[in-house]
Amino acid sequence: MGWLPAPVERLLDAALVGELTVIGRDGRPITHPLIPLYDGERIYMHSSTLFSRKLEHIKRDPHVSISLTDPVALGGLSDRATIQGTARIIEDDPHSQWERLILDLWRKKEPVIDAFLKMRVALPLFFERAVIEITPKRCLLWENGDTRREPVESVAPGQEAA
Amino acid sequence: MPRIETEHLAKLAEYPFVVVSWVDDAGYPMSVATEFRADTSGGTVVLEAPAGEALAIPTDRAVNVLGSHIRPTPGQGYDERRYLQLWGTVGPAADGSVVFTPTSAWGWDESEIPFFEYSERSVPQSRRYLAALSEEKGRTIRPRLSLGWLFLRTTRLPFLSATFVPVLLGIAVAARNGSFDVWLALATVIGGAFAHLAINVTNDIFDTLSGADEANVNPTQFSGGSRVLIYDLVTLRQLVALAIGLFGGAAAIGLLLVWATGSAVLLWIGVAGIAVGIAYTAPPLKLVYRGLGEIAVAIGFGPIMLLGAYVVQTGTLSWEAALVSVPVAILVALILYVNEIPDRVGDAAAGKRTLPVQLPQNVVTGAYLAAAVLAFATVVGGVIGNLLPAPTLLALLAAPLAWRVYGGIRQFYTQPYALMSFMGINVNLHLYVGGLLLVGYLVAIVIGLLT
Repeated sequence: MGWLPAPVERLLDAALVGELTVIGRDGRPITHPLIPLYDGERIYMHSSTLFSRKLEHIKRDPHVSISLTDPVALGGLSDRATIQGTARIIEDDPHSQWERLILDLWRKKEPVIDAFLKMRVALPLFFERAVIEITPKRCLLWENGDTRREPVESVAPGQEAA
Repeated sequence: MPRIETEHLAKLAEYPFVVVSWVDDAGYPMSVATEFRADTSGGTVVLEAPAGEALAIPTDRAVNVLGSHIRPTPGQGYDERRYLQLWGTVGPAADGSVVFTPTSAWGWDESEIPFFEYSERSVPQSRRYLAALSEEKGRTIRPRLSLGWLFLRTTRLPFLSATFVPVLLGIAVAARNGSFDVWLALATVIGGAFAHLAINVTNDIFDTLSGADEANVNPTQFSGGSRVLIYDLVTLRQLVALAIGLFGGAAAIGLLLVWATGSAVLLWIGVAGIAVGIAYTAPPLKLVYRGLGEIAVAIGFGPIMLLGAYVVQTGTLSWEAALVSVPVAILVALILYVNEIPDRVGDAAAGKRTLPVQLPQNVVTGAYLAAAVLAFATVVGGVIGNLLPAPTLLALLAAPLAWRVYGGIRQFYTQPYALMSFMGINVNLHLYVGGLLLVGYLVAIVIGLLT
């Protein structure tokens, strides 16, 4: 199972929006607000093919970070966290593979997704999606969200010497 | 990517905090939330430096500053979505803060670009991505829909009400005059539906090839075409095959009806209907490009459909059937007319001179009201002139819908997605008037049988 500290797992379970930062073609960071999903070990984000530049960036450089920062999007939780990790794009079948992999997690967090899925005919490309599977490597936690104080740092087992 | 302007910093200032990101020495992005102050006059952002050695914002590389807002609405998704990110570099400032000097910006605000428009503008990216993925995987990867939904979307099946209304009315007028054959009626409805769907698909082919649909970034469920070619849900070859199949079905049923009735008039009506339908977007006539689209639709889904259905039952033409077709023709043309309002920019870009492209806003809205009044006045005049049975006055019950659509057009002329619900009411106006005329005829038939 996962190694992320319990407060960070709580944030991941609550978050309706997190900020995924990827590295662009020119080496600059680019940040995308997305919904994070968490299965207790890995973090999953996903992207429509309509907005797929981030997928191209990740395929070129899989290093990413996720920040959980906005109390409104975190169900009122005031802690903040940043997770660094490596990402893998799962895109063999953008039509339905994501449903098998993450729909249950998505539905648990956002039940309204079923209503949107029923209207797939209205916006078919929006539901052609790839999954971004993120393996956490390092985590920073700010209790009460005050980033003027030093964060509590954790690293994945086996990463300490790296 | 746009250069930084004062407007960007002013917008950033509206966010309660920002997320600062950079690529750390290990090659991972690092991101951290912090307080900030936008200095719009100085063109900089003063960031409160996060604590800790690992979080010292580097001065030798690009830094990203993001402001993001979203309001989760339980059971509905999200709204008020907007974000703005700036790129630049940082330098030290007093009191443990750092000064960020942005040089470029990117963002999205759904109050400025609605989500559906943002999605439409992103379709080329989806196509590029899937093309690259296909090459990478060595097999074709395309967007998909289930066959049923794909057929519905490709043919624009829900618009069949535009055929059912005139065909059923033509049959009803004939029945009131003593002619009714249920099998011929059924074949007429099916044949009319085949012809309508064939024309829909054909128009889509030509609108896509002309660039009209692609230029339209504000499609709605009522306008902007099926977009199945633009979305790569089907190939051009498949679409042409479908059009040929549907036309073949329509032609086969039409010829069967001509054979069954022995009516040369029906043959000419059928040929005229198909010709008008194809010429609507197809060269060389391209009626819709010449400002004749509304008239073509009025003729095709008014007198041609209604008189055709009447002739199938009776073998002859009639003034009564012709008169009933007038309000139906006007209201079906008004469906197209209102649907053309959000399409007008894309249509103009593609050279389609529809009435909303050619006319100023006040004329377009005024003409809608005048045409709707004329449709209802035709029914009243027909009853007064004893050409239509009195129960057809039931159609007037739908008149308030026309007033609502008129109000919607006036208020939301430039807002495609706000206009969408009124486009739906406008479709219902045609359907309800047609349905009430039909009920009027059924009442008249029953009264006729009882007296």
